Amino acid sequence: MSTLALVRRSGPRTARTTRPWLYLICAGFAVLVVLVALLASWIAPADPNSSDLSAALTGPSAGHLLGADGSGRDTLSRLIIGARTALLGPAFVVLFSTLLGVAVGVAAGWRGGWLDSVLSRGSELLLAFPGLLLAILFVALYGQGLVAPVIALSLAYTPYVSRLARSLTLSEKQRPYLAAYRVQGFSNRAICLRHLIPNIGPVVLAQSTVNFGYALIDLAALSYLGLGVPPLTPDWGAMVNEGQSALLQGQPLSAIVPCLAIVLTVVAFNVVGEHWADRVAKREA
Amino acid sequence: MNTLQIADLRVVLPGTERPVLDGVDLTVASGETVALVGESGCGKTLTSRAALGMVPPRAEATGTVLVDGRDMLTLGARSLRRVRATTTAMIFQDPRAAINPVRRIGDFLTEGLRLTGAWDKTRARERALTLLDAVGLKSTVLRQYPHELSGGMLQRVMIAAALMADPVLLLADEPTTALDVTTQAEIIALLGELQQRFGTAMLFVTHDLDLAAVIADRVAVMYAGRIVETGPAEEVFAAPKHPYTAALLAASPRLDAPEPRLTVIPGRVPGLHTAISGCPFATRCGHADERCATERPQSTAVPGRAEAEVACWNSESLIPQGGAAHG
Repeated sequence: MSTLALVRRSGPRTARTTRPWLYLICAGFAVLVVLVALLASWIAPADPNSSDLSAALTGPSAGHLLGADGSGRDTLSRLIIGARTALLGPAFVVLFSTLLGVAVGVAAGWRGGWLDSVLSRGSELLLAFPGLLLAILFVALYGQGLVAPVIALSLAYTPYVSRLARSLTLSEKQRPYLAAYRVQGFSNRAICLRHLIPNIGPVVLAQSTVNFGYALIDLAALSYLGLGVPPLTPDWGAMVNEGQSALLQGQPLSAIVPCLAIVLTVVAFNVVGEHWADRVAKREA
Repeated sequence: MNTLQIADLRVVLPGTERPVLDGVDLTVASGETVALVGESGCGKTLTSRAALGMVPPRAEATGTVLVDGRDMLTLGARSLRRVRATTTAMIFQDPRAAINPVRRIGDFLTEGLRLTGAWDKTRARERALTLLDAVGLKSTVLRQYPHELSGGMLQRVMIAAALMADPVLLLADEPTTALDVTTQAEIIALLGELQQRFGTAMLFVTHDLDLAAVIADRVAVMYAGRIVETGPAEEVFAAPKHPYTAALLAASPRLDAPEPRLTVIPGRVPGLHTAISGCPFATRCGHADERCATERPQSTAVPGRAEAEVACWNSESLIPQGGAAHG
C-alpha cells in the first residue's frame, strides 16, 4: 500500500526488517537502552563527572570497565548516565512533532481546500529546510541547552508526520465507516478524534519510531558540535567530541563506545519502526 | 404530515451539463415503506443522502427536503447533526466497510447515543441489548469485534445500530446487495418486521425490483435524476405506465417463467455532460416520437390509481411491452 510509505532519509536501505530475529534483537536492544536510561543513576558504577586522573587515557581495567577519557572520567558511567539525555531529547522531539504533525495532517486531509493548500505548502517549505540548520539557528537565537534544539527539531520533524497523516486521512476519508458516523450525527471533530486518529495511529507510531532514531542522530550531532547539552552533562554526542583528543593519543575507546551506542540505538529504533509499518501494511492488504 | 417530503429537489454539480437530480418529488408517509428503484447512476443514492442533508461539496441544491417537518437543506450544522442523531438513520450497503473495524460492536452501537449526552452508559447498553435481541443476535456480540462476525450478522448489527435512537425515518441504501441470497431473505424479512414493530418510515433504495416488490408499499422509479413513475408497488409492477419501468421489469430475470435471453435496454443512462431536452428516456425508448425529444413530460396522475404519477407523453395510449408478463 503506497499510503504506508514512511518518510525516510536517503541512504542505503537493504535491511529486510520483516525478518523476525532482526526485529526481536533490535526491539530487545531498544528496550535495554530505555531501561538503562531509566535506571541510570542506580546502575552507573561511578560518578560520571568525578575524575580519576591516574586512570586518564587508560584502556579497560577492573576499576574502569570501558576505560577512562582524557580527564580520567569513567567511560561506562558516562555512557549509562548519558543515555538519559540521549533518549530524553529525541523523546520530546517525537512527542511534539507527532502531536503537531497529526493535528496539521489530519486538518489538511479532512478539511481539504485552501487549508490543505496552506498547510501542505508550509510543510514542504519546512521539509526543504535542513532540520539541523534550523536547530543551529535556534541555538544561536535562544542559547545553549536542550530546549532550543528540541523545539527546532520538533518543528523540523513535523512535516514528516503531517505528510503521512494527511495521506492516511485522505485514504481513510473514503471509507464508508466514517460516513456511517457522519450519518449518525457525529461532528467532524468527534469523528476525527475518536475514530480517524485511532485508525491511522499505528502507521503514525511507526513513523515516529523511525523519527526517534533520526532525532537522536541530529541531537547527538548538535552535542558533538558543542551546541546541544551544556558542558559537563554526560551525553553521547558530547562524549564523541571529548573523545577526539583521546583518539589521537591512542586510546580510542572513549570516542568509539558512544559512537557505537548512537549507531546501534538508531538502527534498533529504525528497524522496529519499519517492522511495525510492514506489519500494519500486511494487516491492511 | 409526511415523514419525508422531498419537493422539487434539484442538485447541480459544478462542471456538468445536466442536474444530477432534476426536480425530484418524493414523499414517505410515517410507517410507510417506499422503494426507490432505477439503474446505477440515476441519482438514487444521492436522493437518499439528500434526505440527510448530505449534498456533495460545492454542489448547488435547491428545493426542499423536509424530514419530520424540518428542511434539511437550510438547517444549521448543529441542528442538522441533532436530526441525524435522533430522527434519521441509515443502513449501508456493505456492513463490513461501514462498521469501524477497530471498535467493539458494543461501542459501535452505543457511542452515538452517549455522545448526544441524553443517554448514560447503562441505559444505552440496555437499549443495545434489546435491539440485539430484536435482530436475533446474542448479547455476547457486544464484546466482539467486527471481524469476528459474518456479513449477515454485521448487517443485523447495522440495523440494530440504525434503530438505537428510535428514528422516524430509516434510509436503507441497497442493504442486501453485499450479502448472499439466503441472508438477503432473512434481512429483508427482519427489516419488514422491525419496521412494523417500531413504526418507522423507510426509504429503500435498490436496483432489485423483486426485492422492491416484496418490501415496499409504494415504489418510485427513478431515471436520470427524475422520478418517472410512482405508485403502489403491486400495481406499478403489474401494469407499469412508463416505458422505462416496463423495460426494467423485462430486463430482470424471472424464476417462475425463465426466458432464454433477458431483454436488454439499449444504450445507457445519459451522462452528466450531456444536456437533456425533452424526456431523458427518449433516446432508449421504443415508443418515443418527436415530442418526446423536445418537450419534457410532466408528472401526471395515473387515472384509476391512487397516489400514482407518471411522467410520459404516451403513457395513456401505449401498452408497454413486457409489463403484463410480470405479476
